[in-house]
Amino acid sequence: MSRFLLPLTIFAVVVGFLAVGLTLNPREIPSPLVGKAAPDFSLPQLHEQDKVFSPKDLAGQVWLLNFWASWCSGCKTEHPVLMQIANSGAVPIYGMDYKDQRDEALTWLNRWGNPYPIVGVDLVGRVGIDYGVYGVPETYVIDKQGVIRYKQIGPVTEEALAKTILPLVKELQAQ
Amino acid sequence: MIPEIGHFALILALCVALVQGILPIYGAAIDNAALMSVAKPAARLQFLLVLTAFGCLAYAFAAMDFSVLYVAATSNSQLPLHYRLAAIWGAHEGSLLLWTLILTIWMFAVTLFSAHLPEATRSRILGVMGLVSVGFLLFMLTVSNPFERLIPAAPDGRDLNPLLQDPGMVIHPPMLYMGYVGFSVAFAFAIAALLGGNLDAAWARWSRPWTTVAWCFLTVGIAMGSGWAYYELGWGGWWFWDPVENASFMPWLAGTALVHSLAVTDKRGGFKVWTVLLAIMAFSLSLLGTFLVRSGVLTSVHAFATDPKRGLFILAFLAIVIGGSLALYAWRAPRVGLGGSFAMVSREGMLLANNVLLVAAMGSVLLGTLYPLFLDALDLGKISVGPPYFDSVFVPLMVPALFLMGIGPLAQWKKASVPDLAQRLKWAFGVSVVSAITLPIVMGNWTPMLSLGLLLAIWIVTTALVTLRERLMHITGSSVMERLASVPRSYWGMLVAHCGIAVFIVGVTMVKGFETEKDVRMNVGETTTIGNYTFRFDGAHDVKGPNYTAARGTFSVSRDGREITVLYPEKRRYPVQNQIMTEAAIDTGLLRDLYVSLGEPLDDGAWSVRLYHKPFIDWIWGGCFIMAVGGVLAISDRRYRPAWRRETQEAPAAVETARRKYA
Repeated sequence: MSRFLLPLTIFAVVVGFLAVGLTLNPREIPSPLVGKAAPDFSLPQLHEQDKVFSPKDLAGQVWLLNFWASWCSGCKTEHPVLMQIANSGAVPIYGMDYKDQRDEALTWLNRWGNPYPIVGVDLVGRVGIDYGVYGVPETYVIDKQGVIRYKQIGPVTEEALAKTILPLVKELQAQ
Repeated sequence: MIPEIGHFALILALCVALVQGILPIYGAAIDNAALMSVAKPAARLQFLLVLTAFGCLAYAFAAMDFSVLYVAATSNSQLPLHYRLAAIWGAHEGSLLLWTLILTIWMFAVTLFSAHLPEATRSRILGVMGLVSVGFLLFMLTVSNPFERLIPAAPDGRDLNPLLQDPGMVIHPPMLYMGYVGFSVAFAFAIAALLGGNLDAAWARWSRPWTTVAWCFLTVGIAMGSGWAYYELGWGGWWFWDPVENASFMPWLAGTALVHSLAVTDKRGGFKVWTVLLAIMAFSLSLLGTFLVRSGVLTSVHAFATDPKRGLFILAFLAIVIGGSLALYAWRAPRVGLGGSFAMVSREGMLLANNVLLVAAMGSVLLGTLYPLFLDALDLGKISVGPPYFDSVFVPLMVPALFLMGIGPLAQWKKASVPDLAQRLKWAFGVSVVSAITLPIVMGNWTPMLSLGLLLAIWIVTTALVTLRERLMHITGSSVMERLASVPRSYWGMLVAHCGIAVFIVGVTMVKGFETEKDVRMNVGETTTIGNYTFRFDGAHDVKGPNYTAARGTFSVSRDGREITVLYPEKRRYPVQNQIMTEAAIDTGLLRDLYVSLGEPLDDGAWSVRLYHKPFIDWIWGGCFIMAVGGVLAISDRRYRPAWRRETQEAPAAVETARRKYA
């Protein structure tokens, strides 16, 4: 009898896995950097080139680091959402101008609006490599101790902002 | 109004399916002829109702009724009529309706060609198919209704994905579904036999032609999908081991095993339990494929837009249908006696080995396909399984199976002798080895894989010739033609299908061994040479299609200074979805394909261009079509014909003789 039950048993195991699989998202790519300290850098600022921008200056506050570029269409998509965050003052967004031309980046910000208090210039994409950037835009949530707590791949959507980013920011700010 | 009629027809079809699924099976259990006789008219009525629903959806597409959500989501007023009709199965809801329609077509076919079956068997078969249909109709009516309205209506539709706007879309899904769903007949036969407790040779004899037809459709369907990917995706590959391709390939492997195992059950009464299990497996894998495509558990280029509710529904349906039939199998199969005994070296033994290898191959494809899901579910990380895994697992399993393919048809049933087989096959073996070693050297590129591939292909063809020759010697007849004509069609079918495999192997081997490709920047007037062919880029200009604009490149191809052909690859832009599509241009030939696809425009009218020279690639699909032709030959065999003819001429008598014969 047992060998006739074997197919049923195998099938039951597969169904179990498929059921669990339904609750997972195969497209989600986890970042190994979540939970680790944000890599340090020291880069010139976009607006005032003689000043530097470094995460050390932001210790003790919760902030977002947004990789963007003037050539990136997804960045235009998320731009209104970023402006909304900046205007609400919920959390500061620092920009990282990724593999871009300085004048084009400035024109872009002048034209569409600037949500960033400071923008760093990652001309060759070196810092992007340290942060594991797949492509722009990407946004990191960094806590008071300078630890990456979340990474948004692709544009920040209204939904991701309301459901994930803002609740996380509030929680981290309360700590 | 028309969509509501379609919706209503589906509801009625569900009611009919319920009746068809319950009464005849119950009637067969209590031996009530009145209840059993419901099966046939119910199946025909259900077919008409689903056909009506399908016609209503087709009308909504043809009439561009964008107040139907599904029509608005998958078509557009600019879309030509034939693609609007193909868009019926362009997304989840409609393709499900196609699935159900094809299921009812198979049911209808069963009602037509089952006069020789005992009433109880036919009732059970149609009942089981009715129950499967209940699941699909419920699925459509609850969470995937293609007739759902969009109020207010959209001014225009969102268009069919440009990738799907291709002649392949018109024919590939129906063929594939004919195959998938066709296995439901073999499945229903197996379940009916388990329910009735009469797993005899007659059951296998009835299942065989149905299984072979479904297998032919599936073979052609998969080949067309592969060919479509080859010319449409623009990078010249023909098989990617994508989860959804695997989902169609697994039922094919199980179905191929089933075709062979049924032969043993039919001829020798052996492998009964195994054959039943394979019949359940083939259809279960078809259902599993449906689940994988529509639930979003795996990432794939083919995946439909997903919705967790749908995934849950199909999973529950899978659990009931497959779990139920495997439970029935576990309960009933132990009572089925074993067939006649046989030695390991015998035709049965070789067919058993073929079955084990095919099922092992199917299992490894299944494992590779679901492995990322297993790991993710156990929280062990995210991985993807790609071609290296499948190639390294699949090839070693197939090599012995293909080798045995040459010997099997020559071996006697029950017990064969190795020295005798060796004696009969020594010439075939010698010719295969020598030509497999020398041919690649002559062609100027010797690699072990190239030799192995050619060895197997030549081995299959030479052994088929030996088989045929021996068969002819056993037949008495004056002329060769007469003797050839007296070889049964089913035997020809087998030989042809096996040679189809050989042709397929030649294609795969030669493409792997000799293909060349080049990614180049080409200025206007510049030439590039690849595999003795010289391509001259004569520039690109803009053209306007019915629902797209395109840059069309012109490439003159010449060999030894003589112009052979002019190719026009395109880069199309479909404005509705704002998608860019690469339309490769291919010059097809018996011995090679020339393939050009446009990359990106560069400055001064130059383009980045991808060129391929692919020797023998069309043999891959040619081999598949030859396999299917073999299948068609097999079912046109005389032994399947009298039953039908008798049925039309003098039905009652035919039923009687058939019953007596098969009792």
